[in-house]
Amino acid sequence: MAKRVGMEVAIAAAEAVGMCNIDMAAVYPITPQSHIAEHLSEIVADGRIDAEFVTVESEHSAISCVTGASATGARVYTATSSQGLMLMHEILPIVSAMRLPVVMGIANRAVSGPLNILNDHSDIMPQRDNGWIVIFSENGQEAVDLTIQSFKIAEHPDVMLPCCVNIDGFQLTHMVEPIEFPDQKQVNKFLPPRKPYATLHPDKPASMGTFAMSDIFHEVMKAKDEALKDSKKTILKVWAEWEKMFGRRYRPVETYLADDADVLLLTMGSMGETAEIAINELREKGVAAGLVKIRLWRPFPFDELKQAVKKAGILVVTDRAVSFGGPGGPVAGEVKAALYDEKKRPLIYNQIIGLGGRDMAVSDFVKMVEDAVKAGAKGITKDYEFYGVRG
Amino acid sequence: MIEIRWHGRGGQGAVTSVEMLALAAIEEGKYAQGFPSFGPERRGAPVAAFNRVDDKQIKVRSGIYEPDVVVVLDPSLVALVNVTEGLKENGILIVNTVLSPDEIRTRTKFKGTIATVDATKIARQELGVPITNTTMLGAVVKAASPVKVESLNAPLKERFGRLAPRNMKALKRAYDELHLSTAA
Amino acid sequence: MKKRKWPEAWHEVSPGCVVFAPANAREYHTGSWKAQRPIWDDSKCIQCGVCYIFCPEGCITQNEDKTFRADLDYCKGCGICAHECWPGAITMIEEG
Repeated sequence: MAKRVGMEVAIAAAEAVGMCNIDMAAVYPITPQSHIAEHLSEIVADGRIDAEFVTVESEHSAISCVTGASATGARVYTATSSQGLMLMHEILPIVSAMRLPVVMGIANRAVSGPLNILNDHSDIMPQRDNGWIVIFSENGQEAVDLTIQSFKIAEHPDVMLPCCVNIDGFQLTHMVEPIEFPDQKQVNKFLPPRKPYATLHPDKPASMGTFAMSDIFHEVMKAKDEALKDSKKTILKVWAEWEKMFGRRYRPVETYLADDADVLLLTMGSMGETAEIAINELREKGVAAGLVKIRLWRPFPFDELKQAVKKAGILVVTDRAVSFGGPGGPVAGEVKAALYDEKKRPLIYNQIIGLGGRDMAVSDFVKMVEDAVKAGAKGITKDYEFYGVRG
Repeated sequence: MIEIRWHGRGGQGAVTSVEMLALAAIEEGKYAQGFPSFGPERRGAPVAAFNRVDDKQIKVRSGIYEPDVVVVLDPSLVALVNVTEGLKENGILIVNTVLSPDEIRTRTKFKGTIATVDATKIARQELGVPITNTTMLGAVVKAASPVKVESLNAPLKERFGRLAPRNMKALKRAYDELHLSTAA
Repeated sequence: MKKRKWPEAWHEVSPGCVVFAPANAREYHTGSWKAQRPIWDDSKCIQCGVCYIFCPEGCITQNEDKTFRADLDYCKGCGICAHECWPGAITMIEEG
């Protein structure tokens, strides 16, 4: 086992990118992602890797720049957060439609307004339907592992889709914690150089980013949807290979003490670990509680989710973003849709939590579950609640 | 698990302290977290930073509300901020001050262990500047033993380069010159 | 077998809609669009090449005798060449 080293998670994410033999990166700094941009540019400037770091004037340029570079066959990386991701929005569906394996790190942060720089998932949720593979990390180790894995997943000939790794801003990006870096030689073995499907090279001319009207557009969208759904097979294969080589297991839906649980808590992102402690406390109090953690947000792991929650009577779904005027949180909306056709399905509580960096202590998760258990079906008077909101 | 809250002012290096301490603990093979109170950084404004150190993997990622140890880098903060908020009754309060532990006890009404050291004087003498973050690491190691003194060598060297020995000397002086008053 | 203009089914769509056939715009005979076509008065033409530069179809070429002509298979009849020709050598006339 490699030695654990102490490192800030954003720095570690940049180090992980540095291990992936990238050809080019374009990253525009934005809190709380800036340390990724700064450190990656240092890695390039110090000559530790042979790559271009393009200093761009905006996130729109950053994503456009890596898209162009990816079309030439290069392995590329970008990273952003919040408003930066919103500015990239226009380009994101184009990257997936062009089937370019761009890898992006997202230091999740609330979108304005009011201006807030702290963590929630309101930046990634509006990007949900752009055709990207979307993965959430729960700690620094996962941020490193998932970043490296993303290149392999994205570039796989059965996938060829962009992939983003969500790393909760501050809670993860600004945390100094122990990380175990994989061996560079092993990474090289795991991640061979990219073999692009097409490149912009005069020896083999190709047109990319083409025009498609109503006579073909419908088919193109279906093809994109199938490609994204189908990518799960490759994701599972890559995770199996990672486990074999590096010993750490990744699954689309992770569970903790969920098998015999009557009540389940569901989280996505860095709050999953704090929730685990809450589950321990609940178990000590005699509550048969368990935890379900969604790691793969797109393509959504319908089968794994159904499997994970099928025995539970109550499911408390937490959301770090709001679909205003809609079904509540985007995660709960998805979970409910997934379970609609199931004969037996749990009662679902939806709690909107931790918006704009509002901290969630272990006791908050305990309370949330205890309240749901106490109230049972009668407690669900609204589709969703803002947990702990004043007034 | 030991949970530590550091109080300082923006620019005094509380974030560096928590980073050094976390790196030292991880260097020892322990698990640790070091993180700032999240938000914009403003020079001079009261800030807090946090550490968790444990022998087993640390899962909890929420803020620290009931610390075992509180460290105060700037003497003026005792009057300005409720530094003992949430501090466990049998916890440890470590203050950079010219005052004695008993005088701090009178001011804060804290019943647990109190440790004081004139870190500003030490920092001025050893580093030439009144920046007490590395000096106070010595006080924390003496009073609460989250890590061994020598484990701080590598992180300080990495961060401060040629200035590392002077920081280490200041740190060791704080370790030696600490005044301790155990729970009343 | 008749060559199909595009894939019939979604699973026949090239990933990313990448088109590997170079210069396939040649197969698109835009000349059928035109209602007018350009004619040159070679006595007024100073061979500046402005028509060649501005033609959005790129269908104007210079012949060996230095005169310019449009390839009517591709000329859409837009009239930009006539508009830009400052010596007034090009006139748009009705088709048919």
